[in-house]
Amino acid sequence: MSAIANSFPQAPATWKLPDHGKVAMVGLIIAESAIFTIFVVAYLFYVGKSLSGPTPREVLETPIFYTICLLSSSLTIHLAVKSLARDRVGGFLAFWLLTIVLGGSFLYGTAQEWHRLIYQHGLTISTNLFGTTYYSLVGLHAFHVTAGLVMLLIGAIFALVGRVRVEQSRRVEVLSMYWHFVDVVWVVVFTVVYVLGR
Amino acid sequence: MSSNAITIPGAQIGEKPWVDTLHGWLTTVDHKRLGILYIVYALFFLVIGGVEAVIIRIQLMHAHNDFVSPQVFNRMFTMHGTTMIFFVAMPILFGFANYLVPLMIGARDMAFPRLNAFSFWLSALGGFLLYFSFLGANGLYGAGNAPDVGWWAYAPLTARAFSPGNSSDYWTLAVLVSGFGSIGTAINIIATILCLRCPGMKLSRMPLLAWLNLVMAGMALITITPLSAAQIMLLVDRYLGGHFFDAQAGGSAVLWMHFFWIFGHPEVYILIIPCFAFMSEIIPVFSRKPIFGYPVMVAATVCIAFVSMSVWAHHMFTVGMNSYANSFFTITTMAVGVPTGIKIFNWLGTMWGGKIQFKVPMLFCIGFLFQFLIAGLTGIMLACAPFDWQLGLSYFVVAHFHYVIVGGILFALFAAFYYWYPKMTGRMLSERLGRWHFWLFLIGFHLTFDLMHLPGLLGMPRRIYTYEPGRGWDTLNLLVTIGTFIQAIAILLFVANLVTSYFKGDKASNDPWDAWTLEWSTSSPPPAYNFASIPVVASRRPLWDLKHPEDPDSRYE
Repeated sequence: MSAIANSFPQAPATWKLPDHGKVAMVGLIIAESAIFTIFVVAYLFYVGKSLSGPTPREVLETPIFYTICLLSSSLTIHLAVKSLARDRVGGFLAFWLLTIVLGGSFLYGTAQEWHRLIYQHGLTISTNLFGTTYYSLVGLHAFHVTAGLVMLLIGAIFALVGRVRVEQSRRVEVLSMYWHFVDVVWVVVFTVVYVLGR
Repeated sequence: MSSNAITIPGAQIGEKPWVDTLHGWLTTVDHKRLGILYIVYALFFLVIGGVEAVIIRIQLMHAHNDFVSPQVFNRMFTMHGTTMIFFVAMPILFGFANYLVPLMIGARDMAFPRLNAFSFWLSALGGFLLYFSFLGANGLYGAGNAPDVGWWAYAPLTARAFSPGNSSDYWTLAVLVSGFGSIGTAINIIATILCLRCPGMKLSRMPLLAWLNLVMAGMALITITPLSAAQIMLLVDRYLGGHFFDAQAGGSAVLWMHFFWIFGHPEVYILIIPCFAFMSEIIPVFSRKPIFGYPVMVAATVCIAFVSMSVWAHHMFTVGMNSYANSFFTITTMAVGVPTGIKIFNWLGTMWGGKIQFKVPMLFCIGFLFQFLIAGLTGIMLACAPFDWQLGLSYFVVAHFHYVIVGGILFALFAAFYYWYPKMTGRMLSERLGRWHFWLFLIGFHLTFDLMHLPGLLGMPRRIYTYEPGRGWDTLNLLVTIGTFIQAIAILLFVANLVTSYFKGDKASNDPWDAWTLEWSTSSPPPAYNFASIPVVASRRPLWDLKHPEDPDSRYE
């Protein structure tokens, strides 16, 4: 056997395979997309089928400002990743913290909207089909924003104690892919809930 | 051998205390150990699910039987279905994928070893939750324990009003948790195959087992997740007062059916594609020929994966859909038969003109080919919407899908066990017991599932608790039950073979079948690091090249 084990052919000169972190994140994004698709389908299927009020037309207000916050956080995290890849740790930290602020204000916007819906309009998850599908879909997205913010905060803590350097830019990029995905999902949710669903 | 092994400083040869061994297994992140954990865990549930099947069959043995109560009967078929799909078939196939994929592509482990362990323990928690329901699900209402809503758990059976207590919650959580485990493993398999192949192993040189598991994992990402989403909705309904599947508030029970079968039908292909992978590795070795039509096999698999995503509603012909939906799902379902047929012809083409060795793994492969073909043919029959209106929800359907799952998937798994057991344990399984196992199981299988079609044609509905005598079902049901016992005896022989061969089997060499893929180039069982030096390949059959340097495959590919 030893003769066999040692006589493998020569390795090809260039042998480069994709980065496993990125591939896994793409896999996760595909899986998450399927989950969101099912929730979006349920939302669209039940539009206008609630047996009692309130209806989306009556109570929903389009959250333009907070949407701009979330979408621009995609730009800032991109700039953060680019800064780190060029070994500018200070720029990275600034853009990274800005991303957290923007993401956090989006979550605040969601919380405010939910507070208004619950206390002013009496719409809860068990009120009618609109409530069930609205809170599930928007809540699922908000959950993903929260998960992303937790990871961003962990990254920020590491950066503040000086542990994030150019060597980590690959990992930071993988995390930024997740954040971009969360933003893209919001574009879909926004279109479905605030544009088509009214 | 010496040059193929690494001495690890400080590693002692000798008996370790059993606590250390146990600790090693519980905390392991080694893909081989996790693979074996998956497989042992699945075998444990196979025995439990098998006992439930035997209870179902004893109850149906003759008319007006009351071996168990109707309530227990409902629990038995629910638990049998859920267990066999989620806690036997999925983990056992993931176990083989875990064990074999890194070895076959010349890698030292999976891409994410800790995620791998996490996924396994999630699946294990799922199985534990499902069976803990027998003890813990009594709830406040004394409303019965284990889940009893069928493995599809159609709404509104799962609504609070019809399923008080916690039994449906245990079902939901068990399936949800094991689903997260499956997604983790699927991501891991994809990352491993795309990113850790040894130098020279281009996608076009990858063993078919790796290719097919890549396709399977890709399917898992987009078919298991809809089920997870539906389970989350069900939990919202049950715990937060939501109305997703609550018809009284305008919700739709049919929506649950769609969501379930969007998962449910591709799931069958998630299970069968790794079995195609076993066939594609084992049949060539025992036919002494390379696989016939390698690129076509890959293309057919990808094609099956795509088409199978759009066939789900053939499970819902009897629910009532418009004629366009009926036509669409009839056509797509029949279309799956085309790439599947291509595969069967390719395996036959591999055997054609080969020097076939009828060892036990090959016997199970040949059984698979025949039975999977018949299962496919009854599938085409049921794909016709009008035919399905007559026979949907009858024992004909039960016979059809057991033909796929037992006659196809289980036979392929037995072949895989006899083929790779020497690699995993370093011992050969007994060929004599294996032949007894094969023939007894074959006879029991055909007695049970060939005959089971007939009561279905005669109108016996599935999930029926008992029946009136004199409808022509009595003798058939008795024979079906006798077949079940023959299968149970065969399974016991198999377990006995696994256990006795582990201690007393013939020692296996590194390459007992004279095979061609990389896992046979390392020792049996492989060391923790798999390969002392990472192999380099130049063709689809690297070991053939090594054994025949005068005529390597790389010259022709």
